[in-house]
Amino acid sequence: MNISTVKKILRISLVAAIGAVALLPAALNAQQNKPWEKIATPKLHEFKPQQPKRIELKNGIVLFLQEDHELPFVSGSVLIPGGGRDEDAAKTGLVDLYGEAWRTSGTAKISGDALDDLLEAKAAHIETGGGVDSTTLSWESLKGDADQVFGLALELLLHPEFKADKLALAQQEMAAGIVRRNDDEGEIAGREASKLVYGANSPYTRQAELATIGSVTVADLKAWHDRTIGNKLIVGVTGDFDAAAMEAKLRAAFEGLPTAQVTPARHDVFAGPKPGVYFIDKTDVNQSNIEIVALGTDRHNPDVPTLAVMNEILGGGFASRLFQKVRTELGLAYAVGGGYGYSWDHPGTLHVVAMTKSATTVEATKAALAEIGGLTARSFTEEELARAKDNILNSFLFRYDTKEKVLGARELLEYYGYPADYLESYRAAVEKVTVADLNAAAKKYIHPEKLAVLVVGNKAEIKPGLDELKLGPVEAVDITIPMPKQK
Amino acid sequence: MRNRVFSWFWRGFLALTLLLCAGARAQDLKSFEQRITTKVLANGLTLVICERPEAPVFSYSTFIDAGDVNDPSGESGLAHMFEHLAFKGTTEIGTTNYAAEKVALEKVEAANNAYQAEKLKAVGRDEKKLAELQKVFKAATAEAHNYVVPNQFTDVAERNGASGLNAETGLDETMYFWSMPENRLELWAWLESGRLADVVPREFYKERDVVLEERRMRTDSNPQGRLVEQFLATAFVAHNYGRSGVGWPSEVSQINATEAMEFHKKYYTGSNIVVAVVGDVKAAEAMPVLEKYFSRVPAGPKPEEMTTVEPKQFAEKTVVIREQTQPEYIEGYHKPDFRDPDAAVYEALSDILSNGRVSRLYRSLVRDQQIAVAVEGFSPFPGEKYPGLYCFFAVPAEGHTVVEVRAAIHKEIDKLKAADVSDEELAMFKTRTRAGLLRGLADNQGLANSLAEYQTRYGDWRELFTQLEKVDKVTKTDIRRVANLIFVDGNRTSAWIETTAASTGKANTGNEGDAR
Repeated sequence: MNISTVKKILRISLVAAIGAVALLPAALNAQQNKPWEKIATPKLHEFKPQQPKRIELKNGIVLFLQEDHELPFVSGSVLIPGGGRDEDAAKTGLVDLYGEAWRTSGTAKISGDALDDLLEAKAAHIETGGGVDSTTLSWESLKGDADQVFGLALELLLHPEFKADKLALAQQEMAAGIVRRNDDEGEIAGREASKLVYGANSPYTRQAELATIGSVTVADLKAWHDRTIGNKLIVGVTGDFDAAAMEAKLRAAFEGLPTAQVTPARHDVFAGPKPGVYFIDKTDVNQSNIEIVALGTDRHNPDVPTLAVMNEILGGGFASRLFQKVRTELGLAYAVGGGYGYSWDHPGTLHVVAMTKSATTVEATKAALAEIGGLTARSFTEEELARAKDNILNSFLFRYDTKEKVLGARELLEYYGYPADYLESYRAAVEKVTVADLNAAAKKYIHPEKLAVLVVGNKAEIKPGLDELKLGPVEAVDITIPMPKQK
Repeated sequence: MRNRVFSWFWRGFLALTLLLCAGARAQDLKSFEQRITTKVLANGLTLVICERPEAPVFSYSTFIDAGDVNDPSGESGLAHMFEHLAFKGTTEIGTTNYAAEKVALEKVEAANNAYQAEKLKAVGRDEKKLAELQKVFKAATAEAHNYVVPNQFTDVAERNGASGLNAETGLDETMYFWSMPENRLELWAWLESGRLADVVPREFYKERDVVLEERRMRTDSNPQGRLVEQFLATAFVAHNYGRSGVGWPSEVSQINATEAMEFHKKYYTGSNIVVAVVGDVKAAEAMPVLEKYFSRVPAGPKPEEMTTVEPKQFAEKTVVIREQTQPEYIEGYHKPDFRDPDAAVYEALSDILSNGRVSRLYRSLVRDQQIAVAVEGFSPFPGEKYPGLYCFFAVPAEGHTVVEVRAAIHKEIDKLKAADVSDEELAMFKTRTRAGLLRGLADNQGLANSLAEYQTRYGDWRELFTQLEKVDKVTKTDIRRVANLIFVDGNRTSAWIETTAASTGKANTGNEGDAR
């Protein structure tokens, strides 16, 4: 629905952007002359990623300063704990509306519209946004404007003035998204698959409806702000500045705030999907979106490095089992991939996706299911292990090849309470994964009988039908959008 | 609406204003001249190396001056099909025995030709014979497959740390790119030069099925994809910009490996290729290595330029597609190609009309009238190398119609034609252009793409900077003049989605769309 998609529609690329992971054919004899193996790999230039300076204020607020003098810009962000999963279910969508109307409303001193004029004339930006577990305020400008823009950002952070007309505008934009949410087959599939795993009413998947967003008031936005602004903020700044001077500015801005309140821990229950086959009929498509899902885990789980290697083997890249089988060998899909997911502070989802023409829906589903089942049925090989490790470890560098990425990672770790050296220990753990670890992890985490299969596609064209999967009755999923009664 | 996605062409303009930016240090032309080395090899291939040792990595971009606009008649989708083939390996990688594989692949091709010849017979097709020929084809494919090491090319790249590995085929060009640790530069040069010089039509027919799935995903099963395909097919009557880039299903499904290899022979010659590398590399050390490998690419004449010119449009053309989905609107006006002296003026138009919450279209249609939730004017579309379109795209707000949105866009256009933009708007365009370009310079991949593109389009990457002067020279009069020149009713093509059924109702019912 956004414009960049229209422009991109004509750019066709080799692989689809899905969370994607080789099977060497057993018949391959080592006859092949491999000229590439004769090319020397020199020692990598020495590289110690520059870590940001971390400062914890007495009130609990944490500051990160990352100097980067390549370009004359300064940018920063404030991460505020609390997000959509913490909002009242009857007002689902509140945090999204908050994230939009916060910035467009502006402050008591300067309206959002005036802020737009002022900032854009300087090619500067201040933006706000709402997420599932946090909200953010960020700013960015040329170095010369940095003090003024930071001042405005701080004003917006501490003294917003939510306005009814801007809330109404945000509601209207969101309503347009709600009435369009069944237009795109991929969007339907991704959303409904998550709902199967977490439950339709879960704080992680419940949907904003016209009624829930319509019930949100300016007072709700203000109350949300007052409720979360006292949480433990994480402030990160990067760019062309002197760290000592910047530290003084940030201290002056944040040190005087009250002691940060502790965000209560969540106690969500995650049951996982009811196994079976689910179907959504869409008569205007000629391709099926197949989603195979189950409950995943979180990153605190010590098996995550092993699962990362398993994911690489299952669906991570060109040499992965799914890609090799479903795309390269069978030619059944352009987009295929997936893996066993892990989130930072709650279980992710096991999620395998394939898109295939209607007529081969059952064939492609069976092929994907066979690869998931194969994780437990077929032992991993040393060859697969070595390849997966190479893939992960040799590209590991790209997780911190810019100062901005290093800062982003540190903020994330701080937010979710992981040690600052998490990436290094994660990397070390990946290096130690063995075939036995993989086999044990597959047994422990992959349960083919617990999988849910969701297909979004054109029923009239899907022949043979989904009953051919022989996974029990096919349950139709109702995706009707509730429309409020006429005013 | 907040984050405007710049086209690479646009980013180029941005780069140029650096010169005008007081206090820019490592970001002006002089600094780039010190860090960039170019070399044209004997085969005509141009290498561009830009030193940016921020981290021990590099990115590359291989830019082929050919895309789906060059697909021969009846073979739409060919350039893209070849792009997929370029990942299947060479005579040295991806095979267990190339000599034997070559013989097997020739059999596959002969079997495919025999099968197609029978299948396409208008009169007297023998179904029994057809089934026999299909069997022969399948057997030949299976035999050839015995020599394949599937995905070995990409496997070697990924095991050596390739990140963001992909390729894109546009109407104007084909690009291959990824990033890697700097100590894999020579390995990369072997891989990349190999696939440019020495490609093998391996697993071609299986990959054709994959590409057909890509078409189903992007176009057939996507209402926006259907809208844009019909829009362009309506806007252009002569030029290949009107033809489906991914290819019409009946044509993609008939393309054979021989045609793909002929496309390669014609367009993948040294003089039609620029390779740019940006990152932790030293030109003095890297250039000889790159020269050694990329000299393998065959020399050949620069392919002849396309002679088709889209004729002047006489009157507005309109296409309505009836869908189950919610309405969207697009319109376009024919405009000149990227070499036009007013190129920077079109960028000014887009900035003033659409860039951010201060833009005219946002303020008028979204904020004040509240009849749209997204609206933007942009160009060039669908390509820049040949005369294309200046487009407007809009998503009506709930309860509002395409007709209202269209009228409101035209009202904004009329304002541009009737009165000058303000000094503030013009100054903002120049400032934002300057800053936007600067931001793009701290990204190896983005920079590699821009350098390769500018080297191809203008024959000199410096154009990225020197052309920025044109941005600074844009006047209010220019903007008004260009608006009057192209935003003319008879020069317009419009297309929209009209909703047939209550699409917000059950997805289980849904009336049949009658558009397809």
